[in-house]
Amino acid sequence: MSESVSRRQFLSQGISGLSAAWVTAHLPAMVAAAGYARQAAKSAAPPKFQFFTPEQAAEIDAITARIIPTDELPGAREAGVVYFIDRSLATFAADDQKTYREGLPELQARVSEMFPSAAKFSGLTAEQQDEVLHSFDEGGKSPRRPFRARPGAQDFFETLRQHTIAGFLIDPDYGGNDSGAGWKVIGREREHMFQAPFGYYDKDYPGWEAAAKEAEKK
Amino acid sequence: MTVDQPKYKTSEEVDFVIIGSGAAGGILAKELSSNGFRVVVLEQGPYLTEADFTHNEIEILAEDKLTNHPKLQPNTFRKTPQEKARPQRALVYGRCVGGTSVHFTANFWRFHEIDFIERSKIGPIPGTTFADWPITYADLEPYYTKVEWEIGVSGLAGASPFDPPRSKPYPMPPLPVKASGVLFERAARKMGWHPFPAPMAILSQPRPGRSACINCGFCLGFGCEVGAKSSSLAAAIRMAEKTGRCEIRPNSYVHRIETDANGRAVGALYFDEKRNTHLQKAKAVVVCANGAETPRLLLLSANQQFPDGLANSSGYVGKNLMLNSGGNVYAQFEHPLNDYKGFAVSRILHDFYELDHDKVGFYGGGGLDARFDFTPISFAFGGLPPDTPRWGKDFKAALAQNFNHTLEIFCHGTSLPVENNSFSLDPELKDAWGLPALRMTYKDHPDDLKLANWMFARAHELLEAAGARKHWGFPAQEAQFAVHLLGTCRMGNDPKTSVINADHRTHDVKNLFLCDGSSLVTSGRGQPTMTIEALAFRAADRITALAKRGEISG
Repeated sequence: MSESVSRRQFLSQGISGLSAAWVTAHLPAMVAAAGYARQAAKSAAPPKFQFFTPEQAAEIDAITARIIPTDELPGAREAGVVYFIDRSLATFAADDQKTYREGLPELQARVSEMFPSAAKFSGLTAEQQDEVLHSFDEGGKSPRRPFRARPGAQDFFETLRQHTIAGFLIDPDYGGNDSGAGWKVIGREREHMFQAPFGYYDKDYPGWEAAAKEAEKK
Repeated sequence: MTVDQPKYKTSEEVDFVIIGSGAAGGILAKELSSNGFRVVVLEQGPYLTEADFTHNEIEILAEDKLTNHPKLQPNTFRKTPQEKARPQRALVYGRCVGGTSVHFTANFWRFHEIDFIERSKIGPIPGTTFADWPITYADLEPYYTKVEWEIGVSGLAGASPFDPPRSKPYPMPPLPVKASGVLFERAARKMGWHPFPAPMAILSQPRPGRSACINCGFCLGFGCEVGAKSSSLAAAIRMAEKTGRCEIRPNSYVHRIETDANGRAVGALYFDEKRNTHLQKAKAVVVCANGAETPRLLLLSANQQFPDGLANSSGYVGKNLMLNSGGNVYAQFEHPLNDYKGFAVSRILHDFYELDHDKVGFYGGGGLDARFDFTPISFAFGGLPPDTPRWGKDFKAALAQNFNHTLEIFCHGTSLPVENNSFSLDPELKDAWGLPALRMTYKDHPDDLKLANWMFARAHELLEAAGARKHWGFPAQEAQFAVHLLGTCRMGNDPKTSVINADHRTHDVKNLFLCDGSSLVTSGRGQPTMTIEALAFRAADRITALAKRGEISG
């Protein structure tokens, strides 16, 4: 547990002396395993769940859709993140299935505790769903300490959060981020090579020597 | 491309066995085989090529396809020798043919004259083993030039007023400026500082068999699929193979250097892919396994004659570890930078290379560069302002607003050598082969942290002058993770306080040579690979001269 806490701190703060790319080197093994899903992604056209039951998949899908919601731009749902997670767990990440197996009943228990009339998470309103997720999220604002004291639930949400982000933003060639939906959101063009000028500030750059002369005049 | 590689028998005594094929090992392989010697290179990692260098963030970064694997090769960490070390990933290095040079950022500036003689200039520093090098910048200058021309470095000579003297210009112009570079350059000039085009070991013009950079944007942490990054793989290993005298033997994990009754190295004992053990015999052994694995191998090679480890009469094997202090400051701008396109760094400055101790109150110096080295996933975890929610609508909005509007100022600087800071063998934890795991002991010298915070303050000033909409950072923390692995088998004239001499020969074993980050006496200001490669070219000359005079095998 302490290890995962320090990993979260690592991920959220960055670390002095380190280059940014190494932040991802500290993703949990489960996220790492998801890379193997790409073979499945390339071969299987019609999405079919391999690890989740359809009911579980609907719950996971609903959570991912609150982590990265849909607005005028696509969210986790449009990026097919639930399929990415499912394939990861089914193809390679068997060790990590436990977190989901234990987390889903925790989710159900939380829903029943907070909204006794509701049958499942995916049946709640968006606001209610966020309230449930805040109660899982150590970094969130919910005051419900006793529930969060159960470590499994907290790991479940954090793991799912990281998986959702990875499945949303990975290069679409590798089994997630369907149709490049995530890259559309962040504004990353889906080209394999680029040419300068790259952005707004370098488009009128006069060249090194001209820039140096300009600076001298000032 | 097929190359006629020789296949040496392990029982055949080759001239040199080189352990490690990274920045130093690749160059030594190329130089020694070009000089007529028979060479076997033993590389613990696989032989990957351009086709393996994908943009899959999970496979390449999180699964360590190119790097040491935390499950197979676990580490432990502690801050001081009084503590028991805890299992924790403590370091990353390249574990494939080409080593760390396959995935590095490729910042390639030279050390300056001061780096070699600073101890004499400013005197001793309490709590450190701060020392001069046994060689000077002038000794290394021809080899820096050699690196630039043979390996391929782009840059602009004379652009920095702080640059040390050079005998030749760069072989090719700098890479194009990025938006981060323009913002950096303009703001730095406003501050009265002296920005210049970053020297990079990335081709701005094609070379035979290698493309110029295509600005794909998956650079730091990734291998280059077009050979534009001047890794040992792209720029040295293949030349070594073409001599017909050099065999690159991947998946060969050396765990012991054998010595004979006369205290001479006879070869390297290694596991092959199936974990069978072989002894590759050689007239001389050259260890280029990096600043962590080189000392580990010497310690693993302890025997009756060398009970504290091979070449360790000084007790300095593994000691005086330096990591380079520093860190990132982040900023967001109004208009798109699209800095995810291209290599990481296009502008740097060295105005603070040599700070006046009496003015700032601490030892040190360093540089600033403008960069963006995030990938989409790593950005979502590490690139957003700290007050951003971790999920939900506002998290998504922050991703959308920040990804192509963000740059980083990387502040890089000195580390002081402290004897307790070290790599050693963990007394309990074993790797997947049953060998003692690496244990890292590290606590920054207080001056290193003061320097980092001082540099962060300069970066914030620069970003203010650049008109950033928002800029943020974090106070320097004590390091617990190593990327630059320096100083752990340092070079020196005195066998009591160094492991190798100026020829890279160990003081204790006549036919054992070490060359990599472990050879460095001081840390430089943050970018060591250029110097490691210059040392490797120089070491190859020295070793060749010794061999031709019969002073190695005799």
